[in-house]
Amino acid sequence: MALLRITSPHTHRAGQRTSWVMQMVILATVPGLLVQTWLFGYGTLINLVIAGITALLSEALILKLRNRPIGFFLKDYSALLTAVLLALALPPTVPWWLTVTAVAFSVIFAKQVYGGLGNNPFNPAMVGYAICLVSFPVPMTQWIGASDLIQAGATPSFGDSLAAIFGTLPTVDSYTMATPLDAFKHKEGLMSSEAFASVPGLQDANLSSWMFVNLAYLVGGLALIALRIITWHTPVAMLASLALISGLFYIIDPSNAASPVFHLTSGAAMLGAFFIATDPVSSCTSNRGKLVYGAGIGILVYVIRTWGGYPDGVAFGVLLMNFAAPLIDYYTQPRAYGHKKAKKGLTIGGEK
Amino acid sequence: MSAQDSLAPDTPVENPAPTGPDYREILYNGIWKNNPALVQLLGLCPLLAVTSTVVNAIGLGLATTVVLLGSNMVVSLIRNYVSEAVRLPAFVMIIASFTTCIELIMQAYTYELYQILGIFIPLIVTNCAILGRADAFASRNPLLPSIADGLYMGAGFTIVLMLLGGMRELIGQGTLFSDMHLLFGDMATSWKLTIFSDYPNVLFAILPPGAFIGLGLLIAIKNYYDEKEKKRIAAEQAGQEKVSRRVRVTD
Repeated sequence: MALLRITSPHTHRAGQRTSWVMQMVILATVPGLLVQTWLFGYGTLINLVIAGITALLSEALILKLRNRPIGFFLKDYSALLTAVLLALALPPTVPWWLTVTAVAFSVIFAKQVYGGLGNNPFNPAMVGYAICLVSFPVPMTQWIGASDLIQAGATPSFGDSLAAIFGTLPTVDSYTMATPLDAFKHKEGLMSSEAFASVPGLQDANLSSWMFVNLAYLVGGLALIALRIITWHTPVAMLASLALISGLFYIIDPSNAASPVFHLTSGAAMLGAFFIATDPVSSCTSNRGKLVYGAGIGILVYVIRTWGGYPDGVAFGVLLMNFAAPLIDYYTQPRAYGHKKAKKGLTIGGEK
Repeated sequence: MSAQDSLAPDTPVENPAPTGPDYREILYNGIWKNNPALVQLLGLCPLLAVTSTVVNAIGLGLATTVVLLGSNMVVSLIRNYVSEAVRLPAFVMIIASFTTCIELIMQAYTYELYQILGIFIPLIVTNCAILGRADAFASRNPLLPSIADGLYMGAGFTIVLMLLGGMRELIGQGTLFSDMHLLFGDMATSWKLTIFSDYPNVLFAILPPGAFIGLGLLIAIKNYYDEKEKKRIAAEQAGQEKVSRRVRVTD
């Protein structure tokens, strides 16, 4: 008898297996990838190649060490998806060894050490990103600026992108500038209106290029919802809570806070909401749980962006809520038909 | 019932012949089989906190070894005179005295290292490995084996600290044995090896998470070798059994 090795779910939507889901998610990032390449140069594409090769190699290496079938697990595209998400999240100018470190760390330490796909408590891509952000803050916060504003006056050519990644481009500074979030964080006592008028990173050109990137991810994310690969709960809860809390502080103190639109269209808001927070392994499983989980990420993103040490907080927000996901799932478990609602929490004095 | 009888389950009953303590066994226990850091997982607080460079690791490892040696020695000497009820306070007092001594010595002779290690020198008192050895070994064994146990356990602890320190220094800064003059005087200034020049500092390896992951890797490597050894022994025994069975058949 031929025993086919097929990962779960076995009966639900026959044919739409893990590999199909992963491929669709990768395809849904294409609009964002194209817009990022168009606005910030070929760096993201080159990073994608480096990240993909590293992910497949490190996954194969660990599978061999663990005596698992290599081809079977490589074909589920999960390692490749981690690589794609990291390549999109890393700045286009990061040196090649940083991409390799981030991806290898994600696949080996955040995923395979815990037992491979389906067993990782944390989102692998965000673990790799956070490690690199903590270890190499300088290259991780250098982004290409909008072409009208930067010194070079144009997005870097393919050759220049390649040279920046392999460390042979001395003029990399002429392409980079602070991202809107970074610039807003370091406005140094300026009022919001003054900062938007004077700080280069907060000029319209730079704001709109980040808005295009986020809109492209929004399109990809909506496609994922339409294909029923992700549910609407996590992204909507995350974006709504981010909008609500930033709106609240914007109403209270408009001279120091940024508008909800600014928060929703800069940084990794959309990429995080639709592609990273919705990771089926490390996020909540029940729909009510996903609402709580997403709302938590939105609040954490705002808190880290406003009062934290880093310009963007999506990676840390997602990782912190990954910690909380099992607890949220425990308290939001739906009632099974024919059963009473399960009692949750500590009962004083034992049973009943 | 004397204290020695009640506290001596370690003494092998099967061979009461006065062959003396098995020092090779104590050595093997301290360095490998019962290594305080890799197997007992004791004293992790200093282990994880100060192993960012080799010199810090050696400094704290030596200090811990000295305290362990002294406490094992004294505990072994007083083991028949302290009742079981008050043994732990007595052990802690002894350990605290030795820790104070080593702290003053380090303050006098290696002042900069004393400042770098900071609170982790007084915290040697709370290192469970030391109290654990006092209670589990020194209070049940005569003087010489206890000294040997303290020395070897300390050596095992120091070796792991050094490995972890070397690993984190290499990954974190791309150097090895930097700042060794803090411990060994001016002649050690030139010991610094720059393995990778123009190396971006990997902050992650120097911060505490790097220590956790490094220790996890060391434990994994040790378990890997233990498994391999177990398999080798099992294979050897299986081979011997086969041979003996064949001999019996031909007989």
